[in-house]
Amino acid sequence: MENKPALLSARNIRRAFTSAGARLEVLRGVDLSLRHGESLALTGESGSGKSTLVHILAGLELPDAGEVEIEGTPLNRLSEAGRARLRRETIGIVFQQFNLIPSLDAGANIAFQARLAGRHDPDHVTRLAGRLGLAGHLHKYPEELSGGQQQRVAIGRALAARPALILADEPTGNLDEATADEVLALMLELVAEAGAALLMVTHSVRLAARLDRQLQLSRGRIFA
Amino acid sequence: MTRAGLQALLSHWWRHPGQLVMLLAGLMLATALWSGVQAINAEARAAYAQAAGRVDAGARARIVPRAGERLDEAQYVALRRAGWPVSPVVEAHLTAGGATVRLIGIDPITTPSDLIPRAFSGTDSAETLRRFLLPPHLVFAAPDVAAALAEATGAEVRAADDLAPGTAVADVGFVQRLGGAEGLLDRLIVTDAPRALAPPPLETIAPGLVLQPAAPRADLARLTASFHLNLSAFGLLAFAVGLFIAHGAVGLAFEARRGMFRTLRALGLPLWHLMLLIALELALMALVAGAAGMVAGLLIAGALLPDVAASLKGLYGAEVPGTLTLRAQTWVAGMAAALAGAGLAGAGALWQLARLPVLAPAMPRAWARASAHRRALEATGGLALLVAAAALARFGSGLMAGFALMAALLLGAALILPPLLDLCLRLAGRAARGPLSQWFWADARQGLPGLSLAMMALLLALAANIGVGTMVESFRRAFTGWLDQRLAAELYVRARDDAEAERLRAFLAGRSEAVLPLWRVEATVAGVPSFVYGVEDHPTYRENWPLLDALPGVWDRLAAGEAALINEQLARRAGLSPGDTIEILPGWRLEVAGIYSDYGNPTGQVMVALAPFLAHFPDAPRLSHAVRVAPEDAPALARALIEEFGLPAENVVDQAALKRWSLSIFERTFAITAALNVLTLGVAGVAIVTSLAALSGQRLVQLAPVWAVGVERRRLARLELLRALALAALTAALALPLGLALAWVLLAIVNVEAFGWRLPMQLFPLDWLRLVALALLAAALAALWPALRLARMAPARLVQVFAAAR
Repeated sequence: MENKPALLSARNIRRAFTSAGARLEVLRGVDLSLRHGESLALTGESGSGKSTLVHILAGLELPDAGEVEIEGTPLNRLSEAGRARLRRETIGIVFQQFNLIPSLDAGANIAFQARLAGRHDPDHVTRLAGRLGLAGHLHKYPEELSGGQQQRVAIGRALAARPALILADEPTGNLDEATADEVLALMLELVAEAGAALLMVTHSVRLAARLDRQLQLSRGRIFA
Repeated sequence: MTRAGLQALLSHWWRHPGQLVMLLAGLMLATALWSGVQAINAEARAAYAQAAGRVDAGARARIVPRAGERLDEAQYVALRRAGWPVSPVVEAHLTAGGATVRLIGIDPITTPSDLIPRAFSGTDSAETLRRFLLPPHLVFAAPDVAAALAEATGAEVRAADDLAPGTAVADVGFVQRLGGAEGLLDRLIVTDAPRALAPPPLETIAPGLVLQPAAPRADLARLTASFHLNLSAFGLLAFAVGLFIAHGAVGLAFEARRGMFRTLRALGLPLWHLMLLIALELALMALVAGAAGMVAGLLIAGALLPDVAASLKGLYGAEVPGTLTLRAQTWVAGMAAALAGAGLAGAGALWQLARLPVLAPAMPRAWARASAHRRALEATGGLALLVAAAALARFGSGLMAGFALMAALLLGAALILPPLLDLCLRLAGRAARGPLSQWFWADARQGLPGLSLAMMALLLALAANIGVGTMVESFRRAFTGWLDQRLAAELYVRARDDAEAERLRAFLAGRSEAVLPLWRVEATVAGVPSFVYGVEDHPTYRENWPLLDALPGVWDRLAAGEAALINEQLARRAGLSPGDTIEILPGWRLEVAGIYSDYGNPTGQVMVALAPFLAHFPDAPRLSHAVRVAPEDAPALARALIEEFGLPAENVVDQAALKRWSLSIFERTFAITAALNVLTLGVAGVAIVTSLAALSGQRLVQLAPVWAVGVERRRLARLELLRALALAALTAALALPLGLALAWVLLAIVNVEAFGWRLPMQLFPLDWLRLVALALLAAALAALWPALRLARMAPARLVQVFAAAR
């Protein structure tokens, strides 16, 4: 695995926020890298900057300093349209609160990003839905699904476009323990089958242990 | 507990000022337009009440000369001596301070006390009476002319606010001298029923006089009722549109505060207390918005009143002051309307709150699904209202039924708009192929409930504009065409007395092609107060008269004295058709040979041949004439008449001036409806702006995931703009048939009931296009700011959606 080229590399990422007049440095020079097919767990306390880092890695926001490269492309040199295209084609994101599109049913939600990226494969979507246990729920709207089902839809959406990188921000944080284990196992299995790399943010050391590597984010810095 | 609860509830508005503005704007606009119209109506009613209570009131019988001239004071004395309970009245018109003052002379001893200005009966009535009767004379005048009259007459003038604008009351002898009519009177008011010892008949004492029963035609309040009802209907429509906005704001706030309600109740605030606090909160808003709405309403009323006054004077001869008086009851009614409106807007939310379980989901559910049951109920109610409208159109009668039909039609259509839009969006979504376009239509469908009230407001405003626009334009074309036909003569001349009229006819005989009498008397025909005209047989009538329906040979039969023509108003009110018979005087019955259109006239009319007219009404005034002359010679002839006879300019009117005057009355009448139309459209525009502004915060939750998976902000912003345009376009498309249905109701039912005439409906597609373009522009402008904000929004703000979700 170590011989594979870096899919994602982040160097000296810095990000600060100003809140109630006080400057809060959330990320203070973060470095990390992720190779193709590798899985990495990022743990840390609440407020340690994990989500901010995921947003920066996904190109959803830009760092104050530092550089993120995905497949050798520096994100900060891309226009917004360029970053949007990169997200469509290369990255699948799974949020803790699922963030499904409420106006589309489960099937359309799963296929949505793949269709945007021009990589829609109905058979692949059907297979994915079957693997995710959603075959009988594809015409239901998000609010008609349970939390676990909604997260499976979100995972399906992230994988349907066959991205090289999956970024998951506490994907099981909103689920009970049994469901969380079940969903995570399924996600890891599908990610591995797809040959994608996975960076997962989690509170749980137990869940983190199931991934190839673990890093901890504390006071804005990365610790192995 | 109350303070803390209220603080928590009010904090929502502090955090969501857009929703607060929407609620206040809705209530304010509703109150403004409604109270504005009511202030105008109250002003007019007060003026009618003044006019009706004065000496000229037609509610009492009166004795007038048969020939239409003045009567001799000696005849009055003879009648009093014979036991007739009569009181003398003489009138003079003076010019004071640039305005014409109608000076009414009375005898304070014999005039009934209810017809004397209130100021007369003060604490020192004996002294007042002495000063009224003796030089330099005390005169009571309406406040608008009091100062000018004092200067013009040198009399002591006291303002009396119960007198109609432009009028004054003085001693009969004083007015006779001022008007150069010593020894003459205009009429005698019958002050009481004849006494037990019946006086001798009128013919034996004063053969030249006739007794006229109390004339209902002088009841201005009745005559103008339909005019004011029309204004009220517009006010009500604007009120309803404003309430839609307020209702939308209350609903949004309710959805957004579900979590807060749950928390407050979980923390120990009883349900009834929470409901009380929400009611209190609504009442506070109603008071603030109501006060602002009242001020705006009075400004609107002040701006519209001059046009209303001009219309009322032109159409009905009713004097209404052009300036507004602030009345306590207008304020009370306006504030009550604001409170009632807030109650109506909040009733649904309070009802839902009362039924909300204490552990109801805190997360605001999508409006679409949360209120699906309510929407189904509304759609069913809408359909029921449309069925009721159809039933009213088929079986209803009367003006109130017409307005009920309009209300049912508009409200029914508004209620079924959301399901119709939902259907259109669903069909569009099915036809869409790309993922983004499919999401676009699905998202528009899902966001529909939040915008549906604004769309309902837009639908009502557009339909009202199309309906009223079609009615006014149809009326304008029919009216101008009718004026061209009806005012065929080149000059209209009125002599001041019979002798002058005779000399005029002789003068005109050699200088014109024809001199056509315009002689008329008042009569009640088929129970309808009407004017009977005697007309000569002349091509002017045969070629130009606007007949709506006629029997064969109508003009020959009229000329032969075998038949009569009646106007549309009389035909409709009395249910007459060609072939029916009318009785003009006891024993004088004529067949109705034709019906003609007669726009702008509130009373019935009958046309009979001149010879039988003169035979039955030998004393009819013969003062007015229509003169046919080559159009190029008309101005010279008018000048000659004025120079030769010293006639006042207003007694010689050329055709063009008369048309100009008629059209100006028409334009001023509809200037009011046009202004209310524009205001209603403006209210709908505000509804869209406030809805989109209030929803823009909530939209991020829907838009952020789409952005996260790779759709740029700029593209999303364009789609947001497109969504507002698509909804506005669909609404406009649905407003068109509704507006045309409204136009049909106005033309075929309301106008017929209110004014007695029916107009042919004409279609004006270019006007519709302009309106649709205006609606799209309003929607685009309303959506522009939220779209621009989205396009320029910092990604961090969008990312917050994912953070906030935790």
